[in-house]
Amino acid sequence: MQIGLLYSRIRSDEKLLLAELRERGHDVVKVDVRDDSFGLDAVPDALAECDLALDRCLATSRSTYVTQFCEHHGVPVINDPDTAATCADKVRTSLALSAADVPTPATEVAFTQDAALAAIETMGYPCVLKPVVGSWGRLMAKVDSRSAAEAIVEHKATLGHYEHKVFYVQEFVPKSGRDIRVLAVDGKPVAGMVRSADHWLTNAAQGADTAPFAIDDEVATLVATASDAVGGGLLGVDLMETGADGGYTVHEVNHTVEFDALDGTVDVDVPAAVVDWLETDAAGDAAATAEVTAQ
Amino acid sequence: MTECVECGEQLSLGSDLETGEIVDCTTCGVELELVSDSPPVLDRAPELEEDWGE
Repeated sequence: MQIGLLYSRIRSDEKLLLAELRERGHDVVKVDVRDDSFGLDAVPDALAECDLALDRCLATSRSTYVTQFCEHHGVPVINDPDTAATCADKVRTSLALSAADVPTPATEVAFTQDAALAAIETMGYPCVLKPVVGSWGRLMAKVDSRSAAEAIVEHKATLGHYEHKVFYVQEFVPKSGRDIRVLAVDGKPVAGMVRSADHWLTNAAQGADTAPFAIDDEVATLVATASDAVGGGLLGVDLMETGADGGYTVHEVNHTVEFDALDGTVDVDVPAAVVDWLETDAAGDAAATAEVTAQ
Repeated sequence: MTECVECGEQLSLGSDLETGEIVDCTTCGVELELVSDSPPVLDRAPELEEDWGE
């Protein structure tokens, strides 16, 4: 296959994918999305001959738009733009998970400081304020008191981009110092790991320790349902354990999932599993979708 | 050898580097992006943007 790798930075994850794809003889075209513009009438030359585009853009804004251009021009793309748009926006993700009856933390969205403070007071302390677009645990605030809430809300309203005036207030889940990341392809788990830290944030990007996680039936079912809820594809589904009852809640689904840490944690060859899927299910599904779109 | 655009240090780059990859200057610590691999050319890496992530 000729595969267009859409990127703006080559992380260790992209290097793993590039090595696996090239080793299998695929013709990989690296497309730095910073170098091109994307128009209404023609696909950029670099993508014209690609059988499949793989969106690995580091910037969410670029990812959500460039996947739309791929779809517009009939270039099959992983992940598709609807999945990207849903996963890129925490409000849309929460709504999609809720609509699919996937357990997810209680969430309130408010558009003014007064409404945000009222939502926080109703949610109770501690709770969490998250940016609607963001990753790696950045700009997340655990709100422990009314005075902290007032300060954070004022700062967001005064200093932030307009998206920070969408106040996304979420239940704080006491998670015993760890959460779970499962990488899945169309809902089928490839591998999972726990991410542990003393800090309330347990993102690998924040330096959390990782260990393999044995995926049980309950988690597998939740991952499959969460994947379906956001449109499927190559995804990183994040879950938290909800306490002694053994339940889980899904708090995030990532559509340009990083897997270097997972690959280094588990025995599964993660990039090989991803490319296996790209060669089989993903290529066929994406081509069929593109054909329908082009008609 | 490729020159660090920040401090002028001559850097030895690995042969498996990909265009678009980031390297740290071992002398001044600045993040550099490999913007071309033939010949290798380094430029200052973009600053972290708010929407970066996974």
